[in-house]
Amino acid sequence: MLLSAVTFLPAVGAVVIALLPRGQERLARSLALLTALAAFVISLPLYTGFDGGQAAYQFVENRDWMPSLGIAYHLGIDGISLLLILLTTFLMPLAILSSWHSIERRWKEFAVTMLLLETGMLGVFVALDLFLFYVFWEATLIPMYLIIGIWGGKNRVYAAIKFVLYTLAGSVLMLVAILALYFQHGAATGIYTFDLPVLARYVMPAGLGQNLMFLAFALAFAIKVPMFPFHTWLPDAHVEAPTAGSVILAGVLLKMGTYGFLRFSLPLFPQSSLLFAPWIVALAIIGIIYGAWVSTAQPDMKKLVAYSSVSHLGLVMLGLFVLNAQGLVGGIIQMVNHGLSTGALFLLVGMVYERRHTRLIADLGGLWKVMPAYSVIFLIVTLSSLGLPGLNGFVGEFLILVGAFQWNWAVAALATTGIIFAAVYMLWMYQRVVFGEVTREENRRLPDLSAREWVVLLPVLLFIVWIGVYPAPFTGVTETSVQALLAQVQAKAAATTAAMVPK
Amino acid sequence: MLPLISFRAIAPGMALAATACLLLLLDLLPTRGRKDHLAVVGLAGVVLSMILSLGLWGSDERAFNGMVRLDGFALFFNLVIGFATGLVLLLSIDYLRRQGMESGEFYILVLFSAVGMTLMAGAGDLIVIFLGLEVMSLSLYVLAGWFEGRLEAGEASMKYFLLGAFASGFFLYGIALIFGATGSTNLDRIAVAVAGGAARDPLLIIGFGLLVAGFGFKISSVPFHMWTADVYQGAPTSVTALIATGSKAAAFAALLRVLLSALRTVQPDWAVLFWGLAVLSMTAGNVVALAQQNIKRMLAYSSIAHAGYILVGVVAGGALGGGGVLFYLLVYTFTTAGAFGVILLLERDGREAVAVSDLAGLATRHPVLALTFSVFLLSLVGIPPTAGFVGKFYLFGAAVRTGYVWLAVIGVVNSAIAAYYYLRLIVFMYMREPEGSPTVLVPSLPAGLALAVALWGVVQLGVLPAPFLDLAQAAVIPLLR
Repeated sequence: MLLSAVTFLPAVGAVVIALLPRGQERLARSLALLTALAAFVISLPLYTGFDGGQAAYQFVENRDWMPSLGIAYHLGIDGISLLLILLTTFLMPLAILSSWHSIERRWKEFAVTMLLLETGMLGVFVALDLFLFYVFWEATLIPMYLIIGIWGGKNRVYAAIKFVLYTLAGSVLMLVAILALYFQHGAATGIYTFDLPVLARYVMPAGLGQNLMFLAFALAFAIKVPMFPFHTWLPDAHVEAPTAGSVILAGVLLKMGTYGFLRFSLPLFPQSSLLFAPWIVALAIIGIIYGAWVSTAQPDMKKLVAYSSVSHLGLVMLGLFVLNAQGLVGGIIQMVNHGLSTGALFLLVGMVYERRHTRLIADLGGLWKVMPAYSVIFLIVTLSSLGLPGLNGFVGEFLILVGAFQWNWAVAALATTGIIFAAVYMLWMYQRVVFGEVTREENRRLPDLSAREWVVLLPVLLFIVWIGVYPAPFTGVTETSVQALLAQVQAKAAATTAAMVPK
Repeated sequence: MLPLISFRAIAPGMALAATACLLLLLDLLPTRGRKDHLAVVGLAGVVLSMILSLGLWGSDERAFNGMVRLDGFALFFNLVIGFATGLVLLLSIDYLRRQGMESGEFYILVLFSAVGMTLMAGAGDLIVIFLGLEVMSLSLYVLAGWFEGRLEAGEASMKYFLLGAFASGFFLYGIALIFGATGSTNLDRIAVAVAGGAARDPLLIIGFGLLVAGFGFKISSVPFHMWTADVYQGAPTSVTALIATGSKAAAFAALLRVLLSALRTVQPDWAVLFWGLAVLSMTAGNVVALAQQNIKRMLAYSSIAHAGYILVGVVAGGALGGGGVLFYLLVYTFTTAGAFGVILLLERDGREAVAVSDLAGLATRHPVLALTFSVFLLSLVGIPPTAGFVGKFYLFGAAVRTGYVWLAVIGVVNSAIAAYYYLRLIVFMYMREPEGSPTVLVPSLPAGLALAVALWGVVQLGVLPAPFLDLAQAAVIPLLR
């Protein structure tokens, strides 16, 4: 019941807030924060009660939903999803708190959409039934669409529609692939089911069918990640979204794509995954370098951070598709790291925007003198984002590069250049924004961090340092699941190869 | 031999017909101009007919020498038609008064058209299908032009009638040719003849083609869709809802009866034809809908596209495809009646608010209505957890199952395209401010009730559809025997 409680508590809060009488904006705001905090608190037992030595799904709930079609309400988590769930429940209260003053109208609706979005995202990470997963996957679209479209910047409607159409176009093909998998499995085994653990045991013959299904899933996930060349919706969405929307978009929503590759593509389509791995690695490398280059040229801080996400998620994808333990664990940790660091960067950009109503790097400069505390935190987050040892980013990048090196040294070398570029664009931005003289009069009287902003930033900083210094509590819970996943992929790939030999 | 009379077999339709006759009498009683009680009595008749259908559940018999069938299929459609008619009656009450067009005949005609629909759903003979079709259509022709004196109402009625008369002519000629080829108009006997080799008879093929033209008109499938937008726009909004839901459902019911029982043995042949119609309808409907500025016209093209989606299930055929069609028609009835129901409550500057731009800022002034409308729109797109998603999932699942993977791919890509124009309405409601005087909501208790029922349907069929899915699938089985 715990998983259902964590997943649906935000939705219940959303319904309660929706039923508040008109004009109760402040109450709605407090209730939203309270609900998100409560969801975080009740998600903690997932970590403490989690047995890291066990590869099987834990906290499982399995009930019939549409039995005649083999659809069940099946939830469960393992080491791959656990951290992402905690990341979601952790970032949500911070995102709501960061919007305290920056969302100026329709707080009630904002609270409702944010909380519904949280339920959708959590559902994606806990669902173990393909139908249920797809329901949650699609259900996250509309709240994010509304968040960008109602509370976004000048071009918000365009960005919101682009976001929806891109992601929807990708995911509908996945629906067809899900159906094809369902019927193929049913025809082969006589069991018609959407249950992921059952489907994952099915050894599908290699060939065109599996490749097409893999590609349909991969398209949906690649758009969400977003991988080069499917990334063009991301800068628009990020730039137009309000701060909270950007934090959640970068922090959690993009991880739904990388998570999808891990949870579905690898175990369901092992041969195709192996077959297409070089291509995905190639796109990941292009993404790493391209994202970094484009970031360097951005005049707008938010857009810079958005393109840096393309680069960072390229790195995550690289870690996943070199298909060894280090790469996978690194990829998972890097998902969390990116959620924390980039989430924090968007929070910081949002704080400057609230004060100056600009995000252009050229309009700022010399903030060290007027906002010292802000500048120090900004520095730590910047360093974390570019992978300084001792902070969280390093751990993930290091593991991914170790994994990549085992796969092919040239790939690892290319990925490293991307990381060097990251230092260039991040530090250069930091330098232009924070160092130097105050060049503009408007910047001279900016107030430093308020108590509320401290409360928003400190928890993130805590984890940035914690993961950097002592990552074992975080990597430890994932390792068993990753080993099990790799063993499954290899066993299935070997099983069909062996079956094909006698021909 | 005298036909075997069985009132049992036609009880649900009889209940509607008797209520309509009762209304004819009640309408003569002097009242102070108000006709609400007629709608209420009509509604009671509809509910009675639905209760009878539920009570007869499980029957499987033929009556009137095989002219009429009483089976799960007919009963399921009776329920769909009952929901459609009931919702339309509720929506019409205050709406007609507001438009100054209240009159007892309106409700009587709605009920008679429902009689025609149930007749089509329970037909075992091409002649009965034709009778039902005409009873339904003649009532709808009149209803479409209800707002006499308005230019677009005249256009709607005239166009619907003229083109509909042509379609009926084709249909009847098709029946005649099929009779020539097989020696019968009874679906069972046609099935025997077709299985016995009549399938290659050019007479049958031409006759069948003419039938398809007639059906294509009623389900508004491309290329027989030319009337749809103008009629949907010019007809009173509640009548539009009836044309979009009830008449479409009845036409699909009759089409399935012909295809799945009479022509089952030659499925590969007609599947090709409907494959093309499905792709054309989905694509043309959605693409043209992208450019519409009038909500009623937009929903008209959307209904063409939805005819295409439903045809995907027809192509797939069998228990799965047929079940998908039935379930989707139920879903579509709730969703579309709800969507038109929302529009009919809106006014701006004293006229009906039917332009897309009239929706601007609706969410701030009428949040509940905007949310309700959004749920219907998301169901039309097929976003979970609304009913539209489960319906599409089932339809496309049937297509994948029977090997029409590419048809399913075209279908899902189409639903992604369609997202644009449905979401545009949400953009206007939530993300734009009105220019000039705002659109106002005209409250109406019966219409509110109708919207609540439709909303319940969309949520129920989206979140807990299992019993209804099983019902739809069981309802197709009699056709496949």
